[in-house]
Amino acid sequence: MAVWEALVELADDHLVLGHRVSEWCGHAPMLEEDLAMPNMALDVIGTARTLYTRAGELEGKGRDEDAIAYLRNEREYRNCLLVERPNEDFAHTMLRQLYFAAFMKAFWDAALSSADDVVRGVAGKAGKEMAYHIRHAGEWVIRLGDGTEQSARRMRDAVEALSIYVDELFDSSDAAQAAEAAGVLPKRSEMRAAFDKVIGDVFSEALLELPAVPYGQRGGRSGQHGEGLGHMLAEMQSLHRAHPGAAW
Amino acid sequence: MYSQGLIGADGRTTESEEFLARFQARIDAEEKIEPTDAMPEGYRRTLVRQIGQHAHSEIVGMLPEGNWITRAPSLRRKAALLAKVQDEGGHGLYLYCAAETLGVSREEMTEELLTGKAKYSSIFNYPTLSWADIGIIGWLVDGAAIMNQIPLCRCSYGPYARAMIRVCKEESFHQRQGYELCMSLAFGTPEQKAMVQDALNRWWWPSIMMFGPHDADSQHSDQSMAWKIKRFSNDELRQKFIDATVPQAEYLGLTLPDPDLKWNEEKGGYDHGPIDWSEFWRVVKGQGPMARDRIKARKKAWDEGAWVREAALAHAEKRRARKMAAE
Ligand SMILES: [Fe+2]
Ligand SMILES: [Fe+2]
Repeated sequence: MAVWEALVELADDHLVLGHRVSEWCGHAPMLEEDLAMPNMALDVIGTARTLYTRAGELEGKGRDEDAIAYLRNEREYRNCLLVERPNEDFAHTMLRQLYFAAFMKAFWDAALSSADDVVRGVAGKAGKEMAYHIRHAGEWVIRLGDGTEQSARRMRDAVEALSIYVDELFDSSDAAQAAEAAGVLPKRSEMRAAFDKVIGDVFSEALLELPAVPYGQRGGRSGQHGEGLGHMLAEMQSLHRAHPGAAW
Repeated sequence: MYSQGLIGADGRTTESEEFLARFQARIDAEEKIEPTDAMPEGYRRTLVRQIGQHAHSEIVGMLPEGNWITRAPSLRRKAALLAKVQDEGGHGLYLYCAAETLGVSREEMTEELLTGKAKYSSIFNYPTLSWADIGIIGWLVDGAAIMNQIPLCRCSYGPYARAMIRVCKEESFHQRQGYELCMSLAFGTPEQKAMVQDALNRWWWPSIMMFGPHDADSQHSDQSMAWKIKRFSNDELRQKFIDATVPQAEYLGLTLPDPDLKWNEEKGGYDHGPIDWSEFWRVVKGQGPMARDRIKARKKAWDEGAWVREAALAHAEKRRARKMAAE
């Protein structure tokens, strides 16, 4: 397993999450969120682009960001399961964002000392973005958790539905382990304390309880996804694939 | 995009002759009217309607373009489209804020949009059927919007004029980006070129209709001109737009779907063929192909978001109560 494959995993996380968030565009509960959603989608898609490009360079077979993003199928995608979960409602969407950002903020902070220049560059920018996502999504989790009866119920449902996908964030695949050994990416398991602190603080204000997760769902890093990802990629890739070799 | 040149000034007024003359003198001296200044009721109502329609157009306009975000054929184009759709939402926000300075709330305006009482630019009631539509909308629809909006940067009402300065900068960026997208298709594969020609065929006439009826058929624009809310007639703006666009189409090697379009040496501009005004009025009156879907989508977002907005209010109320109790 090679370092570039670990960058693809990371890029897939960001692109797939960005796709989900972008599905809200024009359909959010209020105008401010119609602006915040594309903003968050742009942040993570921007990160994905840089990582795909870097992965392509390290692989050395001439693949650019689009070749990697548009020409792999769902068995070849390596994103974690959390990011592909459907939007469901605003509570699910904000919690998914909070979980992801709480992990990635710690991850990018640690990646500031990466042996790879590009990764170091991404880490500086993405770390700041993740801090904003934690704030934005975290404030919503608090408002909804401690809002009305209905919003609290929806927030609890989201916690129930999404928490089983959290553990996978801390796993390192063979590719990730290669990148860790090379000093390119930080060790994923080391993010636990920072993650727990962010989530614990938000949950206590949101009057939410951390659920016991008897069995964390895993599989994204080996291409074992939920059924939704295939539909997402069918949509994302349809036009690109309908015109092989065309430039856009 | 705003009004299709349809908004007539509301001249009804109960103010004294003297007050109106003083107000007109300020306008004639190119003074900006600010929210706390006295103004004729008709002036205020006209602006509320125009700014409201303009804001709604930005918001509804997010839908046809948003339709292609998830299918954008490259990551670079996906990011650019996301940013564009976000800009349009931002335009809606500044414009609602400008309208709020005239004493109408965003909630009231949203209510009017969702119940069909307020209009928005009917260009957005056409569907985006291919990726090329995204380029054509940037090139033609944002392009037509700029023609309409540049003069609004000098509108007599200060908050509207200032909002338009920022909006126009972004619209001209959208226009260039849209044209560049069309270039990528026009100079691409034969399929890509056919795709952009097809989109141009569908959007050309609706785009030139965006300037509204011919001057001879346009009611009450004199008062808007006198108040310096409007500075050019519908036909003047349409002519400018066509003159700017024809050479751009030629450069792309695309054909504008108007066999009567030809250069008129005498007037120094292009003559165009007859506009199908029956289509124009049909679409303006709510029979555009996507009219129902657009409002349905906005209403769905609004209704399904109600619990989120209620929770935000409830939470803010709880915080306030807790803070009071602690003091
Ligand atoms: Fe706009
Ligand atoms: Fe625009």
